Amino acid sequence: MDSLEAQSAGLAAAEVSSVELVDAALARIEAADATLNAVVGVRGDAARAEAAAADARRSAGDRRSPLDGVPLLLKDNMVQQGEPTTCSSRILEGFVSPYDSTVVTRLREAGAIVLGRSNMDEFAMGSSTEHSVHGPAHNPWDTGRSCGGSSGGSAAAVSSGMLPFALGSDTGGSIRQPASFCGVTGLKPTYGRVSRFGLVAFASSLDQIGPIARTARECAWILDAIAGHDAKDSTSIPEPAPRVSDALDGDVSGLTIGMPREYFEEDGADPEVVSCVRAAISELERGGAKLIEVDLPHTPFVVSTYYLVATAEASSNLARYDGARYGRRAEGVSDVDEMYRRSRSEGFGDEVKRRILLGTYVLSAGYFDAYYRKAQQVRTLVRADFERAFAQCDVIAGPTYPEVAFELGSKQDDPINMYLSDVYTVSANLAGLPAISIPCGLVRDLPVGLQLQGRAMDEATLLRVADGFQGRTDHHDQRPPGHLGQAAR
Amino acid sequence: MQRITRQDVERTADLARLSLTEAEIVALTRDLDRILEHADQLKDLDTESTVPTAHAIVLPTPQRADEPVPGMDVESALANAPLREGSAFVVPKVIEGEES
Amino acid sequence: MSVDPMERYEAVIGLEVHTHLKTRSKLFSPAPVRYGDEPNHNVHPIDLGMPGVLPVLNEKVVGLAIRLGLATHSRVNQRSVFSRKNYFYPDLPKGYQISQYDEPIVSKGWIEIEVPTDSGQPAAGEKKRGETPKERRRIGITRAHLEEDAGKSIHDAAVAGADDTHIDLNRAGVPLLEIVSEPEMRSPEEASAYLRALRSILRYIDVSDADMEKGQFRCDANISLRRRGESRLGTRTEIKNLNSFASVEGAIKAEIVRQAEILDDGGEILQATMAYDPQRGRTRILRLKENADDYRYFDDPDLIPLIIQDEEIEAVRADMPELPDEKRVRFQDEYGLSAYDVGVLISSRPLAEFFEQTATACGSAKSAVNWITRDLMKELNERGVDVGELAITPEMLGALIRLVDEGRLTARSARDLFPELAEQGGDPEAIMRVRGLEAVSDPGVIDGSVEEVVGANAKAVESVRAGDDKALNFLMGQVMKATQGKADPTDVRRRLVERIRG
Ligand SMILES: [Mg+2]
Ligand SMILES: [Zn+2]
Repeated sequence: MDSLEAQSAGLAAAEVSSVELVDAALARIEAADATLNAVVGVRGDAARAEAAAADARRSAGDRRSPLDGVPLLLKDNMVQQGEPTTCSSRILEGFVSPYDSTVVTRLREAGAIVLGRSNMDEFAMGSSTEHSVHGPAHNPWDTGRSCGGSSGGSAAAVSSGMLPFALGSDTGGSIRQPASFCGVTGLKPTYGRVSRFGLVAFASSLDQIGPIARTARECAWILDAIAGHDAKDSTSIPEPAPRVSDALDGDVSGLTIGMPREYFEEDGADPEVVSCVRAAISELERGGAKLIEVDLPHTPFVVSTYYLVATAEASSNLARYDGARYGRRAEGVSDVDEMYRRSRSEGFGDEVKRRILLGTYVLSAGYFDAYYRKAQQVRTLVRADFERAFAQCDVIAGPTYPEVAFELGSKQDDPINMYLSDVYTVSANLAGLPAISIPCGLVRDLPVGLQLQGRAMDEATLLRVADGFQGRTDHHDQRPPGHLGQAAR
Repeated sequence: MQRITRQDVERTADLARLSLTEAEIVALTRDLDRILEHADQLKDLDTESTVPTAHAIVLPTPQRADEPVPGMDVESALANAPLREGSAFVVPKVIEGEES
Repeated sequence: MSVDPMERYEAVIGLEVHTHLKTRSKLFSPAPVRYGDEPNHNVHPIDLGMPGVLPVLNEKVVGLAIRLGLATHSRVNQRSVFSRKNYFYPDLPKGYQISQYDEPIVSKGWIEIEVPTDSGQPAAGEKKRGETPKERRRIGITRAHLEEDAGKSIHDAAVAGADDTHIDLNRAGVPLLEIVSEPEMRSPEEASAYLRALRSILRYIDVSDADMEKGQFRCDANISLRRRGESRLGTRTEIKNLNSFASVEGAIKAEIVRQAEILDDGGEILQATMAYDPQRGRTRILRLKENADDYRYFDDPDLIPLIIQDEEIEAVRADMPELPDEKRVRFQDEYGLSAYDVGVLISSRPLAEFFEQTATACGSAKSAVNWITRDLMKELNERGVDVGELAITPEMLGALIRLVDEGRLTARSARDLFPELAEQGGDPEAIMRVRGLEAVSDPGVIDGSVEEVVGANAKAVESVRAGDDKALNFLMGQVMKATQGKADPTDVRRRLVERIRG
């Protein structure tokens, strides 16, 4: 009973209590996290109390949502009042949030129980969950490998069956890529669909919160709980979010799936991964979808564009970590300038420093037009690519990542190479589009992700295709070897 | 052609209030140079008449009513302060001139 | 060389004014805007720059900025953009200030100031005594933009100790309008006149209280000098944080002297940020621009560009209070008042409104202006208060004036009564009755007193007959005394003359 669907059904049928689910999750974390390091903090007592309240409420006939009574993990960059948030950074050592993020408020309204916080790359900068003050997280399919990042802890926890779902955040693929590495389903909604209020900013114009679970249907339930306009976020979509779970009818016939030529040229990508993805897309065709080729001609430019935009915003977003009002202040500083320099140098890790520096540079006098402004212009071209493509198709399909989970430590010395692998995921962030990664098979016993990208605001169609695929396949039911939940199945 | 010099890295680190070790300066000079070398591919694109995109969403500017809510409880405002005195945050003295 | 550097150099002065907008909550957070509280009592996580917080624009400021735009004949831009100005300072919680950079909400306008005709020119010999001729000049407004204020750093060793700085973020996030002038002022006096005119407009249109003591109206001055006759601009310096009219004038004067001395010696002006020390009357360099911060402005990704529809501007226009200059013209046309009187009346909007209401209440603008410019202004100046702080209302003053104009109260009694009315208020007619101050208008009573005084002062009566007006005044005084000042002096005089000169 490790999936959200199973736990939700169990609770609805009163076969299990929320307190039991919380205790079971705590036990599984206890058993597996010494190996995986996916979890950086639990709130056992508080969660148990909330679970007991949820049990009482549901037995009184008040079931708020399919998530009611189900435990989850928050990525450690979403704040909850009275709880620590570290963003896996030394600089936020000791920080306890005085306020709730909107997603936490919405989850509470849906009856879900935040059990703890998941490991991540520092300030969500990375694709491996190795850049963490808490140490690297490990992939449940092969603990010598990365679980992806930056929402790696969330993906690893769901994959290993610790918890049925978790939230992640996605700035350039940080939900989808770890979902792909860990064989689970991860959704990045349309920019503005889920409030960013209380999400610690990495790159504000790209960041989005989204769910990681086993299936598209579960992601739809979670999205229904957390999506919708929020007056506290000026970039929140003003219209009410439609209930996407209602759109899932298991039918993909009549839909047109676009396959970007540029995604299948295979230079640099693992050919086995690409053929696994092709096979998956053929399955959609068998389900009645029409496949066409589309062009996304600016694909070769998206990684540069992304890194210029994201690091520029990040350099400004991370200026607030200065040791003055919260977080870690370097010891023995005698003037304020020394406080800034030492607190920041001691508090930030290498990858964060690298990105702050790049972002500061591209915004600085003399370089702004050549790099930052240029990237914003190319961003316009990337958006236009998608507009043209979506005039021809309903969903764009391709790989989530050019390879399966890599070995821990293998990319540490080559940041540029690591960045280049984000080629399939960053476009959705640049264009603000919804995108999902779903398990579509194994290559060398490791999961491969199929990425679907949809029209802005149209999570419904995206999830319908993903759900249709999962109705015809069982890749999402595969569990890592030695999976904790397997005994129960 | 080297795009980034050691001086660029030092100047930028100064703007970002980071003090770097010698090893960091060397590594970051190399990394930034390689990243920007790759980014120079954008120069091949004609964006003469392209409007830049700063936001992934087009909206009327959201505005809120001018209704004050009481300030935070002062203890909660200061709970994370590395150092405080009374209800003020305390930082080591400022040496340079004043900003405004 | 001559002592007055203005004979050799022309000063080129531009001003940047930061004024607090009159709102109840902050620019991007719902925390209250209040003055004088203990540190950090009016803050929201947004004002503390807590991780994860996001800004949402206060709608009130948009209307206020449009008002300022309309009042300064400026363009209100349909699209304006919030940018981040990045720099580190401990009272700047996010490490950036949300401001507007290349697309401000208001641009390209002007206001009128009144300056001496020869202002900004070298003193041409001996100035004429008496009133200096004045002229009205336009000063261009380059732009006005919205931005958030920073908090306060308390460096004072008595409060913070020698090794520390205290940070109070109550002011962090308070909405500001930064109004930037063209460099079109040529003297400290012109700069001061510009500031006064701008402040008056801001208060008239209720955009800002612009209370300098509360730090609601602060000024930075940019100054450069050039030799007379030259058109190329010199290197300019910027004096920061001037918060009184006196310090603006003093600082600009001091900076002109400092720059002139350097130029006289063949030196070069360095681009710098300056501070003014009012005690010593001198400016000093805070930091040179060459190592100034690179602010790395870019569009704030958390805030979508501000779009203002024409209807919104028209709605504000329809709701605009009358501006000082419009009032000036109307008061002259409608009431036929002198330029001097109008100048006094429009110096503040409450005073101008007090005047108009008084005029309505008493039916005579002429009488109202006399009472206001003479008696009311005296009370205001002596007490150092604004008109709203006195107990007297326009209705009360109007009633008082009517009593005088109808001859029921002498002007003298009325003036004696005025300070009390100003302080405590009340119904002038009732007070007059209770005190028995009604004017004596019964001809029998006055003639009786005249007869008595004429009988008792034969010598003076002789002198009056001989044409001595001093003696007539003396006799008048006697009659007034006899009637306890309640008789109408004109009436008394007429009756005395008739009685004596026949
Ligand atoms: Mg300024
Ligand atoms: Zn300013």
